[in-house]
Amino acid sequence: MNEYTFPILYGVIAGVVTRLYLLRTDYRQYPTYLHGRTIHLALGAIAAGLGTVAVPAIMEKEFAAITFLALAASQFRDVRNMERNTLNELDQYELVPRGKTYIEGIAIVFEGRNYLVIFVSFLSTLAYLVWNIGAALAASLIGLVVARRFMSGSRLKDIADVQYVKPHFEGAGLYVDNIYIMNIGLPARREEILRYGMGFVLTPKNFNARTTIANLGQRQAILHDVSTALGIYRDSGTPALVPLAKRDLNDGRVGVFILPQVEDVEKAKAVIENVPVLESAIRMPAKQRWKRRGGGGDDA
Amino acid sequence: MTHEKMILAIVTTKGETVAGGAPIFLCQTNEEMERIAANLEAILDGIAHELSEGLLIIVKH
Repeated sequence: MNEYTFPILYGVIAGVVTRLYLLRTDYRQYPTYLHGRTIHLALGAIAAGLGTVAVPAIMEKEFAAITFLALAASQFRDVRNMERNTLNELDQYELVPRGKTYIEGIAIVFEGRNYLVIFVSFLSTLAYLVWNIGAALAASLIGLVVARRFMSGSRLKDIADVQYVKPHFEGAGLYVDNIYIMNIGLPARREEILRYGMGFVLTPKNFNARTTIANLGQRQAILHDVSTALGIYRDSGTPALVPLAKRDLNDGRVGVFILPQVEDVEKAKAVIENVPVLESAIRMPAKQRWKRRGGGGDDA
Repeated sequence: MTHEKMILAIVTTKGETVAGGAPIFLCQTNEEMERIAANLEAILDGIAHELSEGLLIIVKH
């Protein structure tokens, strides 16, 4: 026991609590099971430890110890690789795959959250040592709020309007509104599709959103999320029953065709609206500098 | 060589309109054509697309 015992203990606990808080299992079902969670909690605890001991190390003028922090932090890059590999492997056996963009997004988040944990632990311990436990509590709380802000990106409803449209056939062509989805040859399949299929039209709210929802990875993420949440009328060997999202080239609207097992339009709409906007899909053409100089170019 | 998309089979009632490298299944009636196409779809894991009346192709996507 020395003067640093309680601050360190506090910092580690604050970090682990942050990680727990950020590690929610939601309808996207990841990470679902105890083992996946254990991995992330363990890594979170290590991250918390690193962030915490940095403070006493600085106070004791052990600057060499700080360099180890950088070294250890680079280990967290492996977290990203680990997540990416696992999800890529699993993706091959999904009826509706997540897609590489979604997987990359998840992997980035897992890495990023460990750094947030380091940050929270560091602040908490610093506040404890400089002031007292009250300040430490406040610091952890602020850290948690900041982490939470970083954690939640925007949702699809922030960038696009979602509207239900019943899919229909023109000859063999399947359409959602006036957006062509695919060609279905067999009348039996067409009947199934009309029976179970649902169509949604995503209308982008501005020019940036138009490019973002055009991203193939973002569209795959929408299809995956809906299929996870509402089930999917599909099996291997029925390739014609595939949910698809196609784009109207004229105005950038995206037609989403899905085959949910739960036939509830409102639920499906809610799920689509809450699909995360993938970091790697975000484009901001309207933020270009020459456009802003030109004036009136920024319609975001 | 791998093909991203290819025509696996042609199922048709109009034999005179098709020729070429893919297996061609000639059928007498539309019902027969649909039945064969449905079977091929399941067997080949491809999708039956209708090019015109009485002409279906099975495509691997």
